[in-house]
Amino acid sequence: MTAISSEAVMDSLREIMIDVFDLDDLALTLETTADDIEEWDSLSHVRLVVAVERKFGFRFTNSEIESLKTVGDLVRLIQSKAG
Amino acid sequence: MLSDLAWLPAAAPDFRGRVRALRAEASAPTEGFFERALALATAALDENQLGQLASLGRELLAGGKAPPAYAQARLGLIGDGTLSLLAPVIAGTAIRYGLLVDVVEGDYGSGIQQAMNTSSPLHLAGLDMLLVASGARGLGLNRSAESSEDAERRVDAAFSQVKLIADALRPAVVAAILVQTVPLPIDPLFGSFDRLEPTSPYAMIGALNGRLRDWAAEGGVLLVDVARLAETVGLERWDAPGHWYASKLPFAPEMAPVYGEVVARVIAAVRGRSRKCLVLDLDNTLWGGVIGDDGLAGIQLGQGSATGEAFLAIQRMALELRGRGIVLAVCSKNEEDAARAPFREHPDMLLREDHIAVFQANWTDKAANLRAIAEALNIGLDALVFLDDNPAERAQVRRELPWVAAPELPEDPALYPRMLAAAGYFEAVSFSVEDRERAGYYQANAQRAATLQASGDMDSYLSSLHMVCAINAVDPVTRPRVAQLINKSNQFNLTTRRYTEAEVAAAEADPARHAIQVRLADTFGDNGIISVVIANKVVEAWDIDTWLMSCRVLGRRVEEAVLAHLAGAARAAGATALTGRYIPSAKNRMVAQHYDKLGFVRVEELPDGTVVYSLDLAGFAAPDLPLLVDDQVAVHTESAA
Repeated sequence: MTAISSEAVMDSLREIMIDVFDLDDLALTLETTADDIEEWDSLSHVRLVVAVERKFGFRFTNSEIESLKTVGDLVRLIQSKAG
Repeated sequence: MLSDLAWLPAAAPDFRGRVRALRAEASAPTEGFFERALALATAALDENQLGQLASLGRELLAGGKAPPAYAQARLGLIGDGTLSLLAPVIAGTAIRYGLLVDVVEGDYGSGIQQAMNTSSPLHLAGLDMLLVASGARGLGLNRSAESSEDAERRVDAAFSQVKLIADALRPAVVAAILVQTVPLPIDPLFGSFDRLEPTSPYAMIGALNGRLRDWAAEGGVLLVDVARLAETVGLERWDAPGHWYASKLPFAPEMAPVYGEVVARVIAAVRGRSRKCLVLDLDNTLWGGVIGDDGLAGIQLGQGSATGEAFLAIQRMALELRGRGIVLAVCSKNEEDAARAPFREHPDMLLREDHIAVFQANWTDKAANLRAIAEALNIGLDALVFLDDNPAERAQVRRELPWVAAPELPEDPALYPRMLAAAGYFEAVSFSVEDRERAGYYQANAQRAATLQASGDMDSYLSSLHMVCAINAVDPVTRPRVAQLINKSNQFNLTTRRYTEAEVAAAEADPARHAIQVRLADTFGDNGIISVVIANKVVEAWDIDTWLMSCRVLGRRVEEAVLAHLAGAARAAGATALTGRYIPSAKNRMVAQHYDKLGFVRVEELPDGTVVYSLDLAGFAAPDLPLLVDDQVAVHTESAA
């Protein structure tokens, strides 16, 4: 079992978020939260989840999504599900 | 196939950057702007990409820069789930249909209140259309009823809820109100018995869809058949309860692009943007194989082989579309005579020449031919769908003519009809007797236009070719080619009599026979020997034993030059008439009227179908022809005389 590095997940996430939120560029850290990105609201969050599921080929449960607070949480969740 | 929009090519690389570039230009669009937008939209886009396109559309509308080539519609969207995900998907997809749609969303959960309140944004927006997007959960049909009376009440209440919204907003909507059918529930309560048990959600939703259908049939609303869409993509993929619980999304968000597609089709149909004409490639699209290489007997078509049946199904689908008013045309890189041969002669062809309004078979590029088809039918390029198995041809057409729809096709021809159907190019919101006759109407118009063009331009076209028609006796040098033509020509061949080289040599040497070969050269080159005639010099009336011609030079009036030669030679020998005969074969129907057209009269019809003709030389005058005749046989005859 080879785990995906958190850097690789971050790179993918940055690409996905630029597309989902339609941004020019995005500075993303493990501490980033929805409050830091204006376009990240409850609705675009749904599109973000769908885009991440499509990219990595798995499904989140609602409780997994509800537990997320930061981008770091999302990265770790993706690593655990994709690993 | 439907769910992943498989008929559309993949999104352009750097799609987002390209849309951004267009958005930067939206306030002052330059040449080709809208074609670029259309080309970007004509791809299998996801919900984010569609949202980006929707932003472009919004900016164009806000800036007042919507081009005349795009239709516009302001759409009210009201329903019982989260609509904000759907609105950009509908607006983005609409650009694919040359439509700029401005969506006015109702607020979540208060559809009826907003519909009843005449000062709500939906009432004041100036809507062209309204979509009532209801689902089983919002209509209370996801739980079973207590009794059959309760079930009836519940169905009635659900129907009334949709109807109340539609009726309340009707005065505020100019063009059309769209309502959705409701997908059936997946999870059985009783099992197969659900269908019988009126209290099951399955039975209630079925009953509601029936009510919606009847309402639409009365003309009150248009249907968006979401139930059928959900069944086609699969209810298990369609329904996503988790997303409903989390965000009140009415169905799985990855189905949003196909939902937007199905909604946009209906809006486009209301705006008259459905396509009108199906243009068909031939080789490996209508039959298996290449007619020019494989010949009539070699192509795969008809019962008896899986491939042959698959191509038959494609033809059947084309015919069905023609039956509902879709015009059919052909666009193929082929020799015209070879391309037409299956339509005329192949026993398994369902499509016949008279089903095809415009037949373009030549070696010109397909974009040019598609333009010619649109012109002949007097319809826009945006009314054409081009079905071609060759990915390179499709790409060329898409690049040059973004308004023409050129669907991707799967590997297996058995799935061609499904792909074409899934693409939904011919969406209709009504159907009448006139529609049934429309294909024939377009076709007659195209024929008239063609006749006009022929009478106006054909002779000048032929003159511009600077044709030289050289008529010579058959000699040892030309004998092999003449024998080859005699044994190979099937279509333009009046008697289909086959002679060996030795027999041809005997005819050359026989003073009682007249054996000539004809060459044709023009500005584009020498066509070589293209016609052979052998006549028996019967004293009163020369009897034409063999007359054949290569189909490459059809319509060049060579046959008239040949007749003038024959008449001259026969006259010089003291004859007063020519005798000709048409012996029907499986392949020579194209010359059944040959002698009639040349002014011969019918003398006799034999039991085997042979028709004997005669031409009185006293009344014959050679016509003026747009070609130069170099008649070496006549020269020799005169100098000998």
